[in-house]
Amino acid sequence: MDLKKIGLCWLAALVTIPSQAKDMPLNLSQGVTDISGQVYDLHMTIFYICCIIGFIVFGAMFYSIVRHRKSRGVKPANFHESTKVEILWTAIPFMILIGMAIPATKTLIAMENSDDAELTIQVTGSQWKWHYKYFEHDLEFYSVLATPKKQIENKLAKGENYLLEVDRPLVIPTNTKVRFLMTSDDVIHSWWVPEFAVKKDANPGFINEAWTNVPKPGIYRGQCAELCGKDHGFMPVVVIAKEQAEFDAWLAEQVAKQQAREAEEQRLLAMQLSEQELMDLGKRTYDQFCSACHQPNGQGLPGMFPALAGSEMVTQDRQGHIDIVLHGKAGTAMAGYGKQLSLKELAAVVTYERNAWGNNTGELIQAADVQARKNAAD
Amino acid sequence: MSSNQQVAQPNHGKLAGRLVLVVVAMFGFGFALVPLYDVFCEITGLNGKTNDEAVQVVAIEADLQRQVRVQFMTRNAKGVSWPFESQLSTIQVNPGVMTQVEFIVENPTNKAVVAQAIPSVSPGLGAQYLRKLECFCFNQQPLQPGERKVMPMQFYIAPDMPKEIGTLTLAYTLYDITEHDNNSSAEVAMAK
Amino acid sequence: MSSVTDQTLDHDSHDHHHAPKGLMRWLLTTNHKDIGTLYLIFAFTMFLVGGAMAMVIRAELFQPGLQLVEPNFFNQMTTVHGLIMVFGAVMPAFTGLANWMIPMMIGAPDMALPRMNNWSFWILPFAFAILLASLFMEGGGPAFGWTFYAPLSTTYSNDSTALFVFAVHIMGISSIMGAINVIVTIVNLRAPGMTWMKLPLFVWTWLITAFLLIAVMPVLAGVVTMVLTDKYFGTSFFDAAGGGDPVMFQHIFWFFGHPEVYIMILPSFGIVSAIIPAFARKPLFGYASMVYATASIAGLSFIVWAHHMFTTGMPLFGELFFMYCTMLIAVPTGVKVFNWVATMWRGAMTFEVPMLFALAFVILFTIGGFSGLMLAITPVDFQYHDTYFVVAHFHYVLVSGAIFSIYAAAYYWLPKWTGYMFDEFLAKAHFWCSLISVNILFFPMHFLGLAGMPRRIPDYALQFADVNQIVSIGGFAFGLSQLIFLAVIVKAARGGEKAEAKPWEGAEGLEWTVPSPAPYHTFETPPVIK
Repeated sequence: MDLKKIGLCWLAALVTIPSQAKDMPLNLSQGVTDISGQVYDLHMTIFYICCIIGFIVFGAMFYSIVRHRKSRGVKPANFHESTKVEILWTAIPFMILIGMAIPATKTLIAMENSDDAELTIQVTGSQWKWHYKYFEHDLEFYSVLATPKKQIENKLAKGENYLLEVDRPLVIPTNTKVRFLMTSDDVIHSWWVPEFAVKKDANPGFINEAWTNVPKPGIYRGQCAELCGKDHGFMPVVVIAKEQAEFDAWLAEQVAKQQAREAEEQRLLAMQLSEQELMDLGKRTYDQFCSACHQPNGQGLPGMFPALAGSEMVTQDRQGHIDIVLHGKAGTAMAGYGKQLSLKELAAVVTYERNAWGNNTGELIQAADVQARKNAAD
Repeated sequence: MSSNQQVAQPNHGKLAGRLVLVVVAMFGFGFALVPLYDVFCEITGLNGKTNDEAVQVVAIEADLQRQVRVQFMTRNAKGVSWPFESQLSTIQVNPGVMTQVEFIVENPTNKAVVAQAIPSVSPGLGAQYLRKLECFCFNQQPLQPGERKVMPMQFYIAPDMPKEIGTLTLAYTLYDITEHDNNSSAEVAMAK
Repeated sequence: MSSVTDQTLDHDSHDHHHAPKGLMRWLLTTNHKDIGTLYLIFAFTMFLVGGAMAMVIRAELFQPGLQLVEPNFFNQMTTVHGLIMVFGAVMPAFTGLANWMIPMMIGAPDMALPRMNNWSFWILPFAFAILLASLFMEGGGPAFGWTFYAPLSTTYSNDSTALFVFAVHIMGISSIMGAINVIVTIVNLRAPGMTWMKLPLFVWTWLITAFLLIAVMPVLAGVVTMVLTDKYFGTSFFDAAGGGDPVMFQHIFWFFGHPEVYIMILPSFGIVSAIIPAFARKPLFGYASMVYATASIAGLSFIVWAHHMFTTGMPLFGELFFMYCTMLIAVPTGVKVFNWVATMWRGAMTFEVPMLFALAFVILFTIGGFSGLMLAITPVDFQYHDTYFVVAHFHYVLVSGAIFSIYAAAYYWLPKWTGYMFDEFLAKAHFWCSLISVNILFFPMHFLGLAGMPRRIPDYALQFADVNQIVSIGGFAFGLSQLIFLAVIVKAARGGEKAEAKPWEGAEGLEWTVPSPAPYHTFETPPVIK
C-alpha cells in the first residue's frame, strides 16, 4: 500500500472528468465586460500562485514520503525547530498575500464605482421571478421562467436553454453604463449574470446597486444565487444586450405596446366573457402562475401554502379574493399579480379559483369587477 | 463514580462559574449587536440607512460648482395597495443647498390605516451625506379612509460628500403597519 | 459497539459492584470514557443519518429534471443535512474524542465536572429527535438552509421553525456545557509537571476551541431567539417594516458562524499534530509556533465574518477590511502545514491507517485552504459566491479535513479504547475507497461552481448534467465506503489481536502509558511529568 496508488487513482479520476464534460467550461468565464475580464485575470493569478505553492509543499511532502520511509532503513533525524525557517515561512506567505491584495484592491475599487450611469434599472426579486423597471421610462415588466413544466417533470425532452430561459428578458444597450438597483418584495434573492461578473443581493426593504457596461450584443444568462424558498432553482435571469439604436427602437416599441395594452384593456372593460372562456383562460393562468404553490389541484402544501379548494375566502369573500390576487398579502409568500397579469387574466383566474375543485360558487368575475377593485385602490 | 467526587476540587465550581458568566455575557452581546449594528451602519452607511431623526440645522456653505443627481424611488411593500409616488423622479441639486421635495400617498380604502415608509440610499456610502431635516419617514403616517396626503421631505447634501458620488438614489418602501401598531392608531383615532 | 466498554468494564468491574448495569449504566454514567464512547457512537449515527440525506440530494441531482423529490423536500434535505453534519456529527465527534483523550493526555482521573458531562451528552439525542421529528410535520421541516437567513426563516417559514429553534438551543447548551468542562479540566486537572508548553497539541487546540465555543454559541442562541421572537412575538429585528434589517441577521449569524468553522477544524489540527510525529518517528516541528498559530487563527476568526456576505452590499472599505483579514488567516494556517511537512522531513515514516488519513488530511485540507484563499478575494468572490465552488471548498475542509482527521483519530486510539488491533485490511480498504470517492465527489464541484451552477438548487441547466452525474457517483461510493468503517469498529470491538499499551512504535504521550484497553479509571494518582 503506498501513496503512488492514491496519486494514480486520483489522477485517473480527474482526467476522466474533463473528457466527459464536453459542453461545460471547466473554468470561470472570462465574461464580456472589462470588469469580468479583470475578475477572470485575478482568478487565474491567484489560481497559479496556489498551484505553485501547492507544487512546492506537496512536492516536499511526497519527496519526504518516498525518501524518508522506515522501510528504506533511514534513521529519523531529531530536529524540531528552527527560528530562522519559521520566520521565513511566515514572512514569505505574507509577502505573497500583499502581492495578491494589490490587484484585488484595484479591481474592487473599479467594481464599486457605479457613478455616471446613463441608464438605471430597478431590479426587484420576488418568489420566484424578477421584475424590471426602467427608471425614467414608462416601462416595467415581470420576467418569469419560460421552461414548460413538462420538461421539468421529464415528460418532454428538455430544450437547449432548459431552466435558463424567461418569457421577457431584460434588454439593455451595449457600450452604455447601466446601473441596477436591486431590491426584493419578500425574501433575499441574488441577481447574478456570470458574464458580467455581477452578483448582488436583493434585500427586502433596502436597495443595493451594481453596474455593468456590455461591449458586445448578445444573450446573457444567469440565475438567482441566494436560496429564496421552494423554487429558488427556477428563477433565471436573461439579459439581451442590443446596440444603442436597436435598444432605443425596442424601448419605444415596448413603451408603445404597454400603453396600447392598457388602452385596449380599458376598451375591453365592458366586454363580458363567457364562463367557458373565463374558465379556460383561468386554468391556463392558474397553472402558470399559481399552481407552483397552491398546487394544480388547489390543495396547497399543508403548513406552507394554503389550499384554495374549499377555502373560506375563495368561496365567500369575493372582494377579499380579488384584493389578495391583485395586491398580495403582507407577511406571507402571496405576491400581488395586479401588475403582472392583464385584467382579463386576473378576472379569469379568480373565476377559475371560485369554480374549480368543487368550489362551485357559480360566480363569474369580469374584467370590470377587477378594475373596480383596482380603482378602489388606484 | 465515588472516586470522581473525591478528586473534584472546589475551585472547579469557581472557574466554571466564571465561564458561565462569560456565556451569559456573550448571550447579551448577541443582542447588543443589534444597537451596535445600527451605530455601525450610521458610521459606514452600510445598507444605505439614513438618519431617522431630523438633523440639526447648521450654517453650511453651498457648493455651487458641483451638481449631484438625486433619484427618488417609491415602492409598495407586499399587500399595500395605496398609491405612493414621488412628485419628481430626479432632481439636480448643489451640495449644501436645502431642497424640498414632495411625496404623495393616498388611502383609497374605507379603513383607517397606518403607513410607515422605510428609506434606503444607494450607494450606501452616500447615505450619511444625505441629511434630512424633515421627512415623513421619521414618523408613522396614519391615513384616514380616502385621505390623500402630500408629504414633504427636506434635505441637503453635505458638501464634503466624496467626489466619486455623482448620483444618489433614495428609495422608500411603504409598509402597512396598521396591525403592528393597533395601539398608536387607536390613539390617533381618538385624537381625531 | 457497546461491547467496547463492556470490555473495559469487565476489566475493572471489581471496583464497581455498585454501578448500575444495562441501560441505566449508560444513562447515569459520569465516567469520561463511557461518555466519550456515547458521544462517538452518537456522532457516527448522526453521520450516517446526515449522509443518507446527502444521498437523497445526490440522487435527485443525478440527472436534470425533478425525479425523486419535490423542491421543498429537497430544501429540507440540504438544510437538515447541514445542521446534522455540523452539530450532530463533527462537533459531538470532537467532544467525544476530548472526553476520552483529554483526561488521559493530561494525567487527570476524569473530566472536572462529570455530572455536567453526563447532562451535556444526554440532552443531545433529544435535540436531534426534535429536529428530525420536524421533518414529519405538516409542511415539512426547516427548508431555509442551515444558515437560516431571515426573512426566509421568519416570515416565510412554516411552524417547524419553532422546533428548529428549540433544537438549536439544546444543541448550543450541550456544546457550551462540554466546552466549560474541557476548559475546567485542562486548567485545573493537569498532572504535576504538565506545564502549558508541555500540553499535547490536541489538548491545546481543544482548549482554544472550547473558548471559541463559549464565546460564540451564546451568540447563536441569541440569533435563533431573535428569529423566534420575530416569527411569533411581533419583534422586528430582521423586518424592515418595523425598522429592522435582514442583513443584520447575516452579520450576527456569521459572527457566530465563522468561529464555528474553526471550532470544526482546530481539534483536527491537534489530532494530525499527534499522529504525524508518531509515524514519522520524529518530534513535531515547531511546537510553540503551532500553539501560537492556533491561537491567532482563533483570534482572527472574530474579525472575518463578513467575508461570507460580500454580495449583501457593503461599503468599499468594509469589503477591503474583510478581504485583508481573511487573507491573513492563510499565514498561520500555512505555518501549520509547513510544520507538518517539516515534521515528516527526514523522519522514518511508516504508513499505518491513522497516518494515511493524516496525510490525506494535510493534502486535501490544503486544497480546501487554497480555494478558501481564492474565495477571500472579494472581486472574484462575487463570481464564486453561492455556487458549487463554495460547496466544494467547505466540503474539502470539512469532509476530507475534519472528518478524515476524526477517522485518523479513531484508528489511532481505537486499540486504546477496545484493547484490540483493528482489521488492517478492512481499514485500508476504508481509507482508499474514501480517499478516491471523496475526490470524485467533491473535486468536480469546483468545475460546476466555476461554470456557474448555484448551490441549493434541485434541478439544473443541461450543461451541468455530466459533471453532476460523476459527482453523484462519487457521492454514492463515498457513502457506501463509510459502511466499511462500521464493519471495522464492530470487528475491533468484538476482539482480534491484543493491543499492547503502546501499539504504535513512535507514539508519544501519557495515554500510551496505561494498558490497552484503558482501565475504567485511569490516573487516580496523578503521574509525575519530568
